[in-house]
Amino acid sequence: MEFFSDVRTYLEINHETVLESLVQHIWLALLPVAISFVLALPLGWAVVRYGWLKHPILTLSSVIYTIPSLALFLALPAIIGTSILDPLNVVIALTLYSLALLVRTTADGLASVDQQVVEAATAMGYKPARRWFTVELPLALPVIMAGLRITTVANVSMVTVSALIGIQSLGQLFTRGFQLGFYAPPIVIGLVLSVLLALLADSIIVLVQRLVTPWARVGGAR
Amino acid sequence: MIEFDDVTKQYPDGTVAVGNLSLTIPTGAITVFVGPSGCGKTTSLRMINRMIDPTSGTIRIDGKDVTAQDPALLRRSIGYVIQHAGLFPHRTVVDNVATVPVLTGLSRKEARKRAYELLERVGLTTGMADRYPVQLSGGQQQRVGVARALAADPPVMLMDEPFSAVDPVVRDSLQQEFLRLQGELGKTIVMVTHDIDEAIKLGDNVAVFAEGGRLAQLAGPEDLLANPADDFVAGFVGRDRGFRGLSFAASADLPVEPVDTEVEGLRLAVDDAGRPTGWTGHGRALPTEGSWSAGDSLRAVTDLAILSPAGAAVRVDADGRADGLVRHATVAEFVRVRQLERLSGTDG
Amino acid sequence: MNDGILSFLLDATNWQPGNNDGFVNRTIEHLGYSATALVIAFVVAFPLGLLIGHTNRGAFLAINLGNAGRALPTLGVVMLVLAIVGVGLTPVTVALVVLAIPPILTTTYAGMRAVSGATVDAARGVGMKEWQIVFQVELPNAWPIVFGGLRNAALQVVSTATLAAYVGLGGLGRYLFDGLALRDYPRVVAGAIVLAVLAVVVDLVFSLVQRLVVSPGVDGRASRGPRRGSNAPAALTASEDVPDVADDAPTPGGVGMDKAPRKSL
Ligand SMILES: Nc1ncnc2c1ncn2[C@@H]1O[C@H](COP(=O)(O)OP(=O)(O)OP(=O)(O)O)[C@@H](O)[C@H]1O
Ligand SMILES: [Mg+2]
Repeated sequence: MEFFSDVRTYLEINHETVLESLVQHIWLALLPVAISFVLALPLGWAVVRYGWLKHPILTLSSVIYTIPSLALFLALPAIIGTSILDPLNVVIALTLYSLALLVRTTADGLASVDQQVVEAATAMGYKPARRWFTVELPLALPVIMAGLRITTVANVSMVTVSALIGIQSLGQLFTRGFQLGFYAPPIVIGLVLSVLLALLADSIIVLVQRLVTPWARVGGAR
Repeated sequence: MIEFDDVTKQYPDGTVAVGNLSLTIPTGAITVFVGPSGCGKTTSLRMINRMIDPTSGTIRIDGKDVTAQDPALLRRSIGYVIQHAGLFPHRTVVDNVATVPVLTGLSRKEARKRAYELLERVGLTTGMADRYPVQLSGGQQQRVGVARALAADPPVMLMDEPFSAVDPVVRDSLQQEFLRLQGELGKTIVMVTHDIDEAIKLGDNVAVFAEGGRLAQLAGPEDLLANPADDFVAGFVGRDRGFRGLSFAASADLPVEPVDTEVEGLRLAVDDAGRPTGWTGHGRALPTEGSWSAGDSLRAVTDLAILSPAGAAVRVDADGRADGLVRHATVAEFVRVRQLERLSGTDG
Repeated sequence: MNDGILSFLLDATNWQPGNNDGFVNRTIEHLGYSATALVIAFVVAFPLGLLIGHTNRGAFLAINLGNAGRALPTLGVVMLVLAIVGVGLTPVTVALVVLAIPPILTTTYAGMRAVSGATVDAARGVGMKEWQIVFQVELPNAWPIVFGGLRNAALQVVSTATLAAYVGLGGLGRYLFDGLALRDYPRVVAGAIVLAVLAVVVDLVFSLVQRLVVSPGVDGRASRGPRRGSNAPAALTASEDVPDVADDAPTPGGVGMDKAPRKSL
């Protein structure tokens, strides 16, 4: 088919740019996930520990989550004084989105831990900090990891939007297709690579989850 | 009258849940399906209102084949009480109860009026009417389930383990109220349970099911205890069936001795009004542990005789005055003669 | 730069309803594109979701569409649709409809499936016809989840309608893309702020409608507080609660992946 040969031709000419975009895309998508994961743990803990924090933090999260990403990419420079073309804007915006989602899942996960198990651990002599890291957090992980999967997949897809303001990522394949008069090959290449990347990242998280929560696999095929 | 005529239900996976069931359920009485788990009780019950259609055979209600009727319309004419109540979470209590009247075309206002009456009838305060099911206890939900099934005043009620989800104390009070209600309403009731005691307590007729929906015995509760059809039924009915059978035996014909008879060195003490206060003798005062009256069962009398320090149960009249004594030995002889007559009667 | 943004936002001429390039007109355009697409997507996806949810036939379609919808980048989908259908208002609307269908279909299906089997059985047992079961029992109990999908679809459409301006149409995207082209950053940021506010307001409106539609018996409002034993009608007491965005916001953790929100553009 003509379309496939067009795709091949496009790749032959542009494979270096495509590869560069892919690498940059991975950075822009995954760095925010890592940062927000680290930040979400203490925040989620605080939300569960101090009841009065729950309402303000979760309301703020949901408002942040509501803001269109393009609007946030463009408004951030005015708030933090970066240049409008700075990839940092994308990293910060995606970190905010990821954090908004992960705080909630972390809190949900921690709240879902069976209180009897926690009491049993206390009765056995665990001190609070150790109990949190070795009992509560591991038991909350399946829920937290579910949130992590959603965030990661969403980020991979959202990074493409930054192409509209001229930041390099797989999204540039879409704007390129537009500039070439809605020429389909780069658009399709971008779509395929982006979806593959999302699936790959998702599979890796699932794999890690299996390794770190072996108990969830054995009995619980509900 | 509900008739099962050679009814078989085989599920697509090959399980024969009900096999060649023939059974007649009389009008205006409580018939209980009882049997071990998985023996096809629920399947049999649900074939009556066509929640399940039989593979072969026919079920008739008052002579009419149920499969000849539109399932939805049929179901509106049959009350159905489900285990755990199965209330609609999105509707208030009163609207849950009003469901069927509204479906059959009553105005919402009238349906609610009727629902309020029914809620009172099953022992719920009107204050609960505007709550949602999540705001009720299990026992209260169960009552709402019964009220909902009664709302269209259906002649037939199907109940699948209606009292199984509550604790024994609540269950007992629900059962008592259920019997009182049935005394007023006289519905044709088919109830499923796996608790033989509940079956004996509530059923006018008890149908004992064995594996594969085979009917092992259909009998009145007393008869079931006294004459189980086979080893399966005897085993299922369980221990103490002789003693439990005394629940159905009247005490009216028991020979009593005068109240002032000395029993094993003890004498009954009474107050000025003639009410029993205790046993005295051997220089001591001992309690009576309760009394019985003419309407009580032989089981109650036997129990009192066992508890009494004199080995004699005290009978009282309607005003609570002691008017007779019965010793264990007398009860034992009475039961022996009765059983002899029963068994000779069934043999001959 | 911030002064520029503020003066752009406060400039009265930018708020005159008659001004073609004013906020009022651009917002109306923006909401017009969004509403059209949302209504079409709803008309297509909602009945289909009800049908699939009630019969459980074709469930794979609902589930896979939801998963694919989450992994596909919005921008790419829109560009591809435009590359296939052409440029103009209709292709943009088609692209927005394509985006809004998966969340509505998937959550309608998921909401219907989440209704307890015992409840549906009871509905059949009291003699409801199939359509009565769907509309009187399943849907009222499914609303909280279905609304999650509707809100998510609305947000995505409002966000993505920005692209209409990228291909030469109107809407709030004009401020962003015109501003970028002219290097007029106050214009860009002001547009971004108005767009963000619009999205938040749309979400708030949906959450208020949700309060009105969803029975307190199913969204947790009725079980809140020690209401057992009190005689206060739940519906009355519940309506005193202020609407809180947080409680209806995306909750991916507890629910299955198929009900989780999607975020892009
Ligand atoms: N939909 C179905 N498909 C296949 N087999 C079924 C189905 N429903 C019930 N069965 C089987 O039919 C048999 C009878 O089931 P039924 O529910 O009538 O039992 P039951 O007497 O009510 O039991 P329990 O006391 O546990 O409620 C069981 O072996 C059950 O596994
Ligand atoms: Mg059963």
